[in-house]
Amino acid sequence: MDSVLDNLDVYVDGFTTTVSLTLVAAVGALILGTLIAAMRVSPVPPLRGAGSLYVTLVRNTPLTVVFFLVFFGLPEVDITFSFFTFAVVALSLYTAAFVAEAVRAGINSVQAGQAEACRSVGMTFGQTLRLVVLPQAFANSIPPLASVFIALLKNTSIASAFFVADALQRTQGLINSNAQAVLWILAGTAIGYLILALGASLLFSLLERSVKVAR
Amino acid sequence: MSETVLYDVQGPKARRRVLIGSVVGAVLILAVFAVAGVRLAANGQFEADLYRPFIEEPQLYERLAEGLRNTLTAAVYALVLASVLGVLLAFGRLSSTPLVRLPAIAVIELFRALPLLLLILGIFLAYPIVVGRSLDPLYALVVGLTLYNGAVIAEIVRAGILALPRGQSEAALSIGLTRGQNLRLVLLPQAVRIMLPALVSQLVVLLKDTSLGFVISFSELLRTGQQLVQFFGNPLQLFTFIALIYIAINLALSSLANVLERRQRRTVGSSATMAPTEKGAVR
Repeated sequence: MDSVLDNLDVYVDGFTTTVSLTLVAAVGALILGTLIAAMRVSPVPPLRGAGSLYVTLVRNTPLTVVFFLVFFGLPEVDITFSFFTFAVVALSLYTAAFVAEAVRAGINSVQAGQAEACRSVGMTFGQTLRLVVLPQAFANSIPPLASVFIALLKNTSIASAFFVADALQRTQGLINSNAQAVLWILAGTAIGYLILALGASLLFSLLERSVKVAR
Repeated sequence: MSETVLYDVQGPKARRRVLIGSVVGAVLILAVFAVAGVRLAANGQFEADLYRPFIEEPQLYERLAEGLRNTLTAAVYALVLASVLGVLLAFGRLSSTPLVRLPAIAVIELFRALPLLLLILGIFLAYPIVVGRSLDPLYALVVGLTLYNGAVIAEIVRAGILALPRGQSEAALSIGLTRGQNLRLVLLPQAVRIMLPALVSQLVVLLKDTSLGFVISFSELLRTGQQLVQFFGNPLQLFTFIALIYIAINLALSSLANVLERRQRRTVGSSATMAPTEKGAVR
């Protein structure tokens, strides 16, 4: 117990890194994923093809392999970052495929009658998208996006194997220096992840309620 | 092209715009690949030496096959154990006794919320200190995978059982079956058919997660690849090759899930299908 309380600052440090990894990768995945979803629902065949190829390939590759490819691949195309940024890139590339699927499902769940109604009252394509289709698509994709981002939070722990001092790597350090208290230390880490995961799902359910469309 | 909410059937003007978009899009995509290709070439990534092991070293394939065998072993053990755990937890969560239901809910939510790597690494690091004997990394991996996937499968089983028409339970109970017999003899056999596609999708997730074994030095496919990289010095080529192996296996599993889903839609009525959100495997 003492080894947890005495090392609270180590935990705080580790979870701060975990949270910043999650947030930065979430923004990256959201941007890239939305772009890929837009490509997949566009009427342009090469973009549709490229989008679905990306999703198929990435969804079937383990995240650990994505990490290895990013770490060894990017330097070979003359892109080098810090370990933290490499981890963000790997997590974003991987999560983007799942974000794309969630957003695309959201867009497809809007019934065709909605857009037809817009056109019949004379709204332009841009107005249809901006005022009717996208708000509903956004509301519909919140629940699947919530699962994707909570999975992302848990997946950041893989960065600990790639030289990022996140909560899990800090935990390993603590175990190495206080072996006898291993169970307490692990329990501390578990509680940290639980608080973050439950907090995130609470936030998402509030968000879901606030954007819900009355039907 | 499938019907979509976003646009109508295209007229001549729209078709011309799509054509322009296609050309521009294709050029952009090819340009990205061209830049990457030029830089890879400049860094010597296309030199024959890096690819020679794939042709001249049969032991490369022997080692990878061995790694793949270990990956599949861990996946099969974990799948079987996780299915058993999942069914037990689902029955627990559906129990009418709070004394059984609440612990089942707690276990399911706990293991779903924790990172899998924390479970695996925690088991691997804690076992020798607590028990005083070192642990075969295969066991740490299988136990970790079982706990996480057991919790996920419990929710799949529960959703499958709840998707059945209520009349099934009512009929079973009215002819005098106990609640346990009802679950075991009436609900579970029918639920298995409904949830089979979701289970196979979860198997894809499980198979991908076996690659976490490399962190605890379990010689599965990825770890074997890592060792071969140290020997042959061609990380990009080998890891790409390994990614392709995972993709091939997972695509085969996904298409199996699709076949099962189509068959189920044909045989079981639409009244007893699971909501799509319950099926989507996230990780």
